Amino acid sequence: MAAAWRIERSTAASRAALFAVALAFAALLALPARGDSGDLRLAVEICYSLALAQAWNLLAGYTGLVSVGQQAYVGLGGYAFFALTVLAGMPPLPSLALAGLVAAALALPTAFVVFRLHGAYFAIGTWVVAEVFRLLLAQMRPLGGGTGMSLPVAVVRDLAQSRGARDLITYYLGLGLGLGTVLLVFFWLRSRQGLALTAIRDSETAAASVGIDNRRTKFAVYAIAAGIAGLTGALAFLEKLRISPDAAFSVGDWTANVIFIVVIGGIGSIEGPILGTIVFFALRALLADYGAWYLITLGALAVAVMLLAPQGLWGVVARPLGLQFFPVQRRLRPLNSPQTAPEAASPGRGD
Amino acid sequence: MAWTNIILQGALLGGLYALFAAGLSLMFGVMRLVNIAHGDLIVLAAYCALMVVQATGVHPLLSLVAVVPLMFALGYALQRGLLNFTLGHEILPPLLVTFGLSVIIQNALLEGFSADSRRLQAGALETASLRLGDQLAIGWLPAIVFLAAAVIIALLEVLLYRTPLGRAFRATSDDADTAQLYGVGIRHVFALATALALAVASVAGVLLAIRTNFDPSIGPARLLYAFEAVIIGGLGSLWGTLAGGVILGVAQSVGGALDPGWDILAGHLAFLLVLVIRPRGLFPKLVD
Repeated sequence: MAAAWRIERSTAASRAALFAVALAFAALLALPARGDSGDLRLAVEICYSLALAQAWNLLAGYTGLVSVGQQAYVGLGGYAFFALTVLAGMPPLPSLALAGLVAAALALPTAFVVFRLHGAYFAIGTWVVAEVFRLLLAQMRPLGGGTGMSLPVAVVRDLAQSRGARDLITYYLGLGLGLGTVLLVFFWLRSRQGLALTAIRDSETAAASVGIDNRRTKFAVYAIAAGIAGLTGALAFLEKLRISPDAAFSVGDWTANVIFIVVIGGIGSIEGPILGTIVFFALRALLADYGAWYLITLGALAVAVMLLAPQGLWGVVARPLGLQFFPVQRRLRPLNSPQTAPEAASPGRGD
Repeated sequence: MAWTNIILQGALLGGLYALFAAGLSLMFGVMRLVNIAHGDLIVLAAYCALMVVQATGVHPLLSLVAVVPLMFALGYALQRGLLNFTLGHEILPPLLVTFGLSVIIQNALLEGFSADSRRLQAGALETASLRLGDQLAIGWLPAIVFLAAAVIIALLEVLLYRTPLGRAFRATSDDADTAQLYGVGIRHVFALATALALAVASVAGVLLAIRTNFDPSIGPARLLYAFEAVIIGGLGSLWGTLAGGVILGVAQSVGGALDPGWDILAGHLAFLLVLVIRPRGLFPKLVD
């Protein structure tokens, strides 16, 4: 039994997927040439929802940090952007980047407090923290207090003179955020730290026993997810041109929808949140005229998926086929007979 | 004297928070289930009371005769039909299913009753007060709420430590598998725990609806107050939960007196302070 094995990472499906992703990306780059302003705004919303979903998946799907308080960082990012541009007079683009950093930086002391809670208590604790930030910002008069504020025309003009150019810039920023987050998660999971994340996902105790610093990894994931949420907030409220504490720290808009996306799509994979985002926006378009019934349907669907198919729709589709579009695992293949290949690492969670 | 008054009113408000929290605490204690929809179920009970009052014209307190059994039955069915299937070693299913439930209840109430603010009219009870001194008076209603909280918590303590059902609750809490070996039907015990939790929540909901305005969106905030009272008091201790509710109520009341915008914020900050100084709460009994 010589070492006649090789480690396989990409598969035929993943190579095909890479091609498809490249094609889709090229099509998205060209979208502004065809779509109108409304299409572009919807595309930006889809992109940042995808970014939030990937970030939440990293938190809940990999490190078991089920946060119900990601709206804290969306709101902080949005308010940081308004503060930097309006109060400090900084140009919009650097402010946008800095807003993400501010959110990530504020996540570290917050993590110190909320990491004292575990499991479901951690979830509600993060929600309390988000409420604290909302109430604090409602007290800040220079930022409009409880009623919020609009982005002054001068700041908007600073981004670009014409409305068309502004739409284009926000669109490419959104595309960059969505795709950037997917790539970040992909390459992170393929790295050494990604192996640690997968290990923590499967068993925290076992991960610690082979020398993984669980706490440090969790801090890193929490801060990165906050940074992504912060960038999302800055971009979303740049597009909305108006911010208020209730909109910026809305649990429904920034966390509930994102949780539904990840749960319905499939938690603990990169493909799941992508599929979930598609399903979410398709359902929203379909049920747009039914008011509250839309959220009732979404909630019921998420509950049904959690109970009947905890791996999500992606798990239902991909698992029997062994499909993987984003290869983050390593498979051990014998060199001569590729048919009898055992799997080195399981693609699904918790088995 | 003004401060005595502020602290006293806050302490009485804490009784309501303890009532919010008792059900949450019971469910967590028996089956380690944190019910994110707890606040929305409290609001649902308030709407049930509203319907009873509108249909029969009885005093809101009397509507409890119908609302408590209704919520008890709903709790039993909810646990047996849905939540029992989420329990296991993974933390995600119960959390996400109750989260989904919370969104469903909120939007169903919105669909059924609109976003308008409602209130249960309790007549003279709303304004009647008891003079304790020149500048000190307590309202009958806050006093009744606090008394109800103390009595319900005392009854729950008796149930937990003096009855066969309480023994089954405690045995299941300690080790569900071993409890089953001794003939405890845990699915039934879990369902009874949730039924009892919702019965208490319905009392909380009706008293809340008499005290303040309510609409379909206020559930999550009640969940947060309940959660804070449980954590401040320490897991597993019902009297601790009452103390936690009082601390939260006093913090809100004092914060509100300093600056009207700071009442809720002061409560949250008091909770975070306890979390930093004593992560296990002030009077912990259970190990998570």
